[in-house]
Amino acid sequence: MTPAPRTPEPVVTLKGVAKRFANGTQALAGLDLAIASGEFVSLLGPSGCGKSTALRLIAGLGEPSTGAISWRGAKPGARRNGLDVGFVFQEPTLMPWTTVANNVALPLALAGVAPDIAKERVAQALERVGLSQFRVAYPRELSGGMKMRVSIARALVTDPPLLLMDEPFAALDEITRFKLNDDLIALWRAVGNTIVFVTHSVFESVYLSSRIVVMAPRPGRIYADLAVDAPFPRDESFRTSAEYAGHCRVVSQALAQAMTGGGP
Amino acid sequence: MSTAAPAPDAPRVTAGIGWQQVVLPVATLAIGIAIWDLVVRIEQIPPYVLPAPGLVATTLVSDWPLLWDSLLVTLTTTFEGLALAVIGGTGLAILFNQSRLIEYSFYPYAVILQVTPVVAIAPLLLIYLPQQAAVLACAWIVAFFPVLANTTLGLNSVDRNLADLFELYGASRLSVLMRLKLPAALPYMLGGLKIAGGLSLIGAVVAEIAAGSAGAGSGLAYRIAESGYRLDIPRMFAALILLSAAGVVIFFALSAVSWLLLRRWHESALAREP
Repeated sequence: MTPAPRTPEPVVTLKGVAKRFANGTQALAGLDLAIASGEFVSLLGPSGCGKSTALRLIAGLGEPSTGAISWRGAKPGARRNGLDVGFVFQEPTLMPWTTVANNVALPLALAGVAPDIAKERVAQALERVGLSQFRVAYPRELSGGMKMRVSIARALVTDPPLLLMDEPFAALDEITRFKLNDDLIALWRAVGNTIVFVTHSVFESVYLSSRIVVMAPRPGRIYADLAVDAPFPRDESFRTSAEYAGHCRVVSQALAQAMTGGGP
Repeated sequence: MSTAAPAPDAPRVTAGIGWQQVVLPVATLAIGIAIWDLVVRIEQIPPYVLPAPGLVATTLVSDWPLLWDSLLVTLTTTFEGLALAVIGGTGLAILFNQSRLIEYSFYPYAVILQVTPVVAIAPLLLIYLPQQAAVLACAWIVAFFPVLANTTLGLNSVDRNLADLFELYGASRLSVLMRLKLPAALPYMLGGLKIAGGLSLIGAVVAEIAAGSAGAGSGLAYRIAESGYRLDIPRMFAALILLSAAGVVIFFALSAVSWLLLRRWHESALAREP
């Protein structure tokens, strides 16, 4: 593995970003990170390393205590309503009282997109995640994996250049997770967007990412920044290859060192 | 992404009522009435102390026009009180939810209004308000608090992540209220409504009793009080039965409304898988 190459125009840049919560917890200390267009970056670390906090700050949900985040040069707060970021939570986070189509249409409805245009884009988004025939179903009628697909469709419906995912598959069974991993890679390659993916799974991060940012806990900071240079498309054969195992070993070692608190 | 997912497993919404749930309470009722009848016959209790069930039934039929009109008066008060309670309770809950300042200023007084027994407030209201308005006010006072308390709880029970999502997409306060908070609060509101329906009837009855012979009332509770003064005990029983029946019907009607609104999505309206 080699340090990830830097491309000239990052989608998001974090400079010295620190976050201290009102209760005094130092969640993040001096995060420097530039995410280039088209990357699939995983933030990997144990619980308590601030990876979810970092993702929320990138989304503009909350302000850093010190430091700055710029989003293609603008502050995250400035692009509200700009619909250029999608967010997928660990839970599907769907509105149980309405249909799949209405759930997916939410970002468009909130932005005041005309219903006929919205309808078309919702159909496209559901097509992408393979749920076209479940347009009028209610969330509770779907399986866990299907709910997560709806959640992803909702994040994609605005065609955001940046997709933020906070351990989206952590609550799913392994078979469903593998399937969604493959689907996510296919989607990312087809759409060509930038993905920041928070996970605590070494194997998942290696399988998915073009770059892995290993974070250390208490306070949350970046410990290592590793490129996964295995070519795409990746499939089941990659999961069993020596190359995959090699990457996993390197990332696991970095994670273990990060947790015991050694210097980078 | 592609998937060959199975058709959605439609949840069973038709809760089967077991025969025991119908037969057993009916049997209990029949036995109770039989014992009542037997006791009255054996002890030869006069009807002005305890009328036999048969006499109550004939009174119910013979006094029907009078009792029916009274029932309509009480029901009108109950539903008006309930409607005002829903409007007032929901409106106040939304106001509280939008502004902490308003909530802190008024919530304690809503609680005080609730914990003060309505039977103690009724005589005062009857002094200051025309009788019909006083009766309505009593129904409203007891019915509005469960709506307020439950709606407040519901509005504050919004999924944190969904709220974040709305913030992320720059939703206005109105959008958050209409698209997120009110739908999320609906099951709680309907729970409050079910309690409020019964309480509104109680409020109306209490006020009618308090008004008593002093007023020109004609509700069912007034009929009970009036029959009491005249020692017309069979009519008292008949009116009481009608009141209970009205309470039961109100409860089931509101339960049906709740089920209709929630059946597609809320756990409470879905039967367990067998």
